Amino acid sequence: MIRDITLGQYYPIDSVIHRLDPRVKLVSTLIFVISLFMFKNFSGYIAATLFLFGIIKLSKVPFRYMVKGLKAVLILLMITVVFNLFLTPGKPIFEFWIVTITDEGLKTAGFMAIRLTYLIIGSSIMTLTTTPNNLTDGLEDLMRPLSKVRVPVHEIAMMMSIALRFIPILLEETDKIMKAQIARGADFESGNIVQKAKSLVPLLVPLFVSAFRRANDLAMAMEARCYRGGEGRTKMKPLIYQANDYRAYALNAAYLIAVIVIQRL
Amino acid sequence: MLISVKNVNYVYGSGTAYETQALKDINLEIDQGEFIGIIGHTGSGKSTLIQHLNGLMKATSGTIFFDGKDIYEKGYSMKQLRSKVGLVFQYPEHQLFETDIFRDVCFGPKNLGLPKEEVERRAKDALREVGIDEKLFDQSPFDLSGGQKRRVAIAGVLAMEPQVLILDEPTAGLDPKGRNEILEQISMLHREKKITVILVSHSMEDVAKYVDRIIVMNQGELMYNDAPREVFRHYKELEKVGLAAPQVTYIMNRLKEKCLAVNTDATTIEEAKEEILKALKQRSIHLPGNR
Ligand SMILES: Nc1ncnc2c1ncn2[C@@H]1O[C@H](COP(=O)(O)OP(=O)(O)OP(=O)(O)O)[C@@H](O)[C@H]1O
Ligand SMILES: [Mg+2]
Repeated sequence: MIRDITLGQYYPIDSVIHRLDPRVKLVSTLIFVISLFMFKNFSGYIAATLFLFGIIKLSKVPFRYMVKGLKAVLILLMITVVFNLFLTPGKPIFEFWIVTITDEGLKTAGFMAIRLTYLIIGSSIMTLTTTPNNLTDGLEDLMRPLSKVRVPVHEIAMMMSIALRFIPILLEETDKIMKAQIARGADFESGNIVQKAKSLVPLLVPLFVSAFRRANDLAMAMEARCYRGGEGRTKMKPLIYQANDYRAYALNAAYLIAVIVIQRL
Repeated sequence: MLISVKNVNYVYGSGTAYETQALKDINLEIDQGEFIGIIGHTGSGKSTLIQHLNGLMKATSGTIFFDGKDIYEKGYSMKQLRSKVGLVFQYPEHQLFETDIFRDVCFGPKNLGLPKEEVERRAKDALREVGIDEKLFDQSPFDLSGGQKRRVAIAGVLAMEPQVLILDEPTAGLDPKGRNEILEQISMLHREKKITVILVSHSMEDVAKYVDRIIVMNQGELMYNDAPREVFRHYKELEKVGLAAPQVTYIMNRLKEKCLAVNTDATTIEEAKEEILKALKQRSIHLPGNR
């Protein structure tokens, strides 16, 4: 049941995109997201659409996985669209009772919807094609300059990778404890809010206990292997750019230039 | 027939990259009062199968009958089914949550909506049955030893007074003494209260000693479903799927191969001893010149 949440989960197949360096994917995602907010006219979106669908095709991940992430933010998406649609001042094209839809509103709402959708899909591609470990490795490497100004980059990356690693474990644990309590007649569904909150106690207490136990075990295991922070630590699989990674950077630059040029037209 | 499983299939994560068929066309019948052992290699689908028996998981296809009624029929009360089929999960001590032991064991019967006196009577009985001393009743469950926690957790299910008790590897991670004690207590419950017991285990020795029937699972399929001695006859096939017959079976088979005309059906050490003595005696009769 709970395991079905796939938002941000890795999809294990082999493709050109999967094999790219995580740093390239992070940078490309950033560029793509920025480009989405640069557009002011329609032609820009054509470029973004072409780019996005090209990547989807290359990644070989089934399209419905990308869309799955959208379900989680559907409500947010709808609220944004509705607000933009009704509350943007401009030339009215449709009036009924107190509802007024303007030319401007329609355009902004449409753009906003496309922007948010592409934003989610774009970042899902990154998480679907990159393992969490790789992702944090990439982040750590990209943020390295910040350690000059005393940002604890390694620690942040380590915390992130541990947190990411623990999400599926805790979900599984939740599932297991929930089942065990249901087998003892627990009821997590019916009742009013107070009863529902109360019924969560038999789930949350064991879950916290197990989370602490696991954290403790992990700390112990790390110490037993002489972990002592990032200073002088080398990697088993250091990130090294391959030919494809440079091509990807070049493609990104081309995309960015194309977008800027199109905006000027 | 108490429980009857008909053509049950189960697929995890259907339609995703992680699709696995954990159960393949399972057919199974369980009678009132039986003591059954389920054995299988890691990942063979044992846990998945037993979670179907109390309705925690719903078969992808196929049906399950409890007491003659189809449990997937609309309007069938799953809550009632779960009070009749008690399921103790692997590492059940991880589900303890109350401030003291007694309250934790009361959780199950309380959920059944029983009056307070009845709840407390059942909790006391259950704790006594698993051998937890009354002195410990108001201790925090988190202050107990591993073996004690395990017993309290088992009592938590027993307190619902189920007709069928299913235990998923109740002895995992215990020392030999703790293992024997728990198995003895389960076996006693079976004898005295006549409840049907289904025991999932990795250890053939444990299972051979207590159960009437063994179900061997292999990669989601039911491989054998027979009395222990019948199943252990296939010890060579069992080895191929990563299992093994009890050591006694090997000794008896080797003895028979080498020199001694023993009956290889013995499944426990006691039976084997009898068999060997009998065979030796017969031999000394046939060979009067022997010392
Ligand atoms: N929640 C799940 N999601 C996806 N696949 C699962 C899940 N739980 C189990 N499986 C898969 O289903 C198969 C059967 O698992 P199951 O837990 O029933 O095995 P088991 O016989 O109980 O093993 P063990 O002896 O290790 O407890 C395995 O291949 C396992 O990988
Ligand atoms: Mg199991």
